[in-house]
Amino acid sequence: MDRRKFLSLLGGAGLASAMGATKVKAAGTHTFNGYPDAMGVLHDSTRCIGCRKCEQACAEVNNLPKPEVAYDDLTVLDTKRRTDAKTYTVVNKYNTAGLDHPIFRKQQCNHCQEPACASACFVKAFTKNPDGSVTYNGDLCVGCRYCMVACPFGVPTFEYDDPLDPLVQKCTMCHPRIQEGKLPGCVEKCPKEALTFGRREDLLAIARDRIRKYPERYENHIYGEKEAGGTSWLYLSAVPHTELGMPLVGKTSAPELTSGALGAVPMVVGIWPVLLAGAYGISKRKEKIAAEEQADAVREAIDKTKADADNAMKTALDKAAKDKAAAVDREVKKAVAEAQQSFDEKLAAMQAPAEAEDTDAGNSPEEEA
Amino acid sequence: MSNNQKSFWTPGNVLTAFILAGGLVLTFLRFYKGIGAVTNLDDNNPWGIWIGFDLMCGVALAAGGYVTSASCYLFGLKRYHSAVRPAITTAFLGYFFVVVALMYDLGHPWRLPYPLVYSQGTTSLLFEVGLCVATYVTVLFVEWSPAALEWLGFRKIRNFVIRLTLPLTILGVVLSTMHQSSLGALFLIAPGKLHPLWYSSFLPVFFFMSSMVAGASMVIFEGTLAHKGMHDKMDETHLKEADGVAFGMAKAASFILLGYFFIKVFDITMDNDWQYLATGYGAWFLVEMFGFVALPSFLYALGVREKNLKLVRIASVFGVLGIVINRFNVSMIAFNWQLPAAERYFPSWMEVGISIFVVTLIVTTYRFIATKMPVLYEHPEYKDAH
Repeated sequence: MDRRKFLSLLGGAGLASAMGATKVKAAGTHTFNGYPDAMGVLHDSTRCIGCRKCEQACAEVNNLPKPEVAYDDLTVLDTKRRTDAKTYTVVNKYNTAGLDHPIFRKQQCNHCQEPACASACFVKAFTKNPDGSVTYNGDLCVGCRYCMVACPFGVPTFEYDDPLDPLVQKCTMCHPRIQEGKLPGCVEKCPKEALTFGRREDLLAIARDRIRKYPERYENHIYGEKEAGGTSWLYLSAVPHTELGMPLVGKTSAPELTSGALGAVPMVVGIWPVLLAGAYGISKRKEKIAAEEQADAVREAIDKTKADADNAMKTALDKAAKDKAAAVDREVKKAVAEAQQSFDEKLAAMQAPAEAEDTDAGNSPEEEA
Repeated sequence: MSNNQKSFWTPGNVLTAFILAGGLVLTFLRFYKGIGAVTNLDDNNPWGIWIGFDLMCGVALAAGGYVTSASCYLFGLKRYHSAVRPAITTAFLGYFFVVVALMYDLGHPWRLPYPLVYSQGTTSLLFEVGLCVATYVTVLFVEWSPAALEWLGFRKIRNFVIRLTLPLTILGVVLSTMHQSSLGALFLIAPGKLHPLWYSSFLPVFFFMSSMVAGASMVIFEGTLAHKGMHDKMDETHLKEADGVAFGMAKAASFILLGYFFIKVFDITMDNDWQYLATGYGAWFLVEMFGFVALPSFLYALGVREKNLKLVRIASVFGVLGIVINRFNVSMIAFNWQLPAAERYFPSWMEVGISIFVVTLIVTTYRFIATKMPVLYEHPEYKDAH
């Protein structure tokens, strides 16, 4: 990528987001109802005779190989078939209860208004064209086959046996022929007008008209009007469409099914780092507080120990002082007592002879004590 | 190392060599003759076990990387530190080989970078998966690289990478949340094909939640294997912390499985799918829910309470199998459930062979890395921030 291209891409991104901003205003009420001039095909299975001419025409206009069983051999209709990488359309025969004749139903890509394949493709290999057709660009295809998973009708097929350039194959609604002003191959060849090509809007009107005119002939259900968000191919039938092997699909289009999950992505990107950094912050802070508390506790313990030690020392000292005083006191008392005793003894000793002779020096020993 | 005295051709190594040789032959067949020549895939069944097992289970079971690193670095559970490197190594190898396995499944494998650099299909959930997996495998490589850098002795780069740990861990969780859930969200687009018991608008939540269980279970399960095979490579810290890691992960897995069980019940209730429980698919759903969600949740809880490591390890086997069963159900067994039996998919032996080949590549590479590099032990010169 050179600088010019890079800058133009940047500019493009800026422009796109600016345009996005104006669109956002209407997003709440905005719905996509398909391209206004989208074409489509109405398949009326009450008219189909299972002649396989459409299959043949399809193979011819798309340069597909001839099938193993020739097109005029209708015994293949006895077994259920599906489209494959070399067959873009097949007609199947259905024997339904209550009818004396079989019903034939053609299958091919239904060319959805909002195609699941295009929504699912992670390289934008599918395009919904303004003419209604859904086409595929094999040059982009990675071959992941998510389109095949996504398609509610099981339409896309894959060239499993090609080791080098295996591509997805499906009906293109003859997009190149439509661009040239021609009919799709199958429609052109149909001898019974079971296939009608036209603007989808017009086809819906035609279908409703037929149901209204011949209510006994048709189920009051245009398959494809709402299925999977609406398809370019529409079907009329005498019996419930599911009896003709049409899958029961909801009205929700593929983008609606996935938009919620896709919309959550930016929220995860925005919110997760905040929450996780918060969790980190909390755990860090807990650690810090724990460390501080530990330090406090240690300090307190040291202080308390010191205070206890001081107290003990003081008590000990006091006690020692008291002991000392008591000891002095005791010693004094003892000395006094001893002195008293010795005085008493001496006095007694002195008195004993003095009683007999002289009492003159009686006061002096007391003063000494 | 005591290995040098033993012969290289131990039974395990002979088996490994045999599988690797067979895998190479199958690889040749796949790329020379095409996908159709080796698989049972067809137009109705575009995804088989290379997606259902190699990709879906591979990514889920590699969730141990984000689970462990987030526990340790973001939620401050430091005692899981010695478990981070083995988990990151497994996750990196898991994702790397998911990409390798994808090469077999893609029609144009060399175009794999297209969605990133050439044509961005931003409406696709697969685009999100691709973008996240590509980014995450890079993140995991950087997260894992200190092990290699310490081994090679590149101190400066290693120290620089270590400083990135926190932002990388956050990025890892963000990316994992997105692509783990998006793998489930891939099937949101096909409500008509996936059985109602498994289809849910909450598929992304189910996949994300169960990936945490997968990650935790895998850390325990893998620890069991590593203790059997590589005990001599583990240092004192790793051995001392290993039981605590197992019990911690078990406790987390037990709670998450319990929550998962309940949101599944709520989902069945919200969609009113109860009537399906009486069918064959319903029975199989109950097997998944009780045998591989409720049972491991209970066994984990019991194991933690009784401090019974053996029980926790048994529970982890159920946890891992439960993830495999769930991913198989969503991507293959309950997918296309309305097709007649003859049109259903069953893998060919060659598909299974390639899957075994890829798993063997992971195990062999893990053994090489854990033998040479400081994964199960701390490098004596880098004790700081391992």
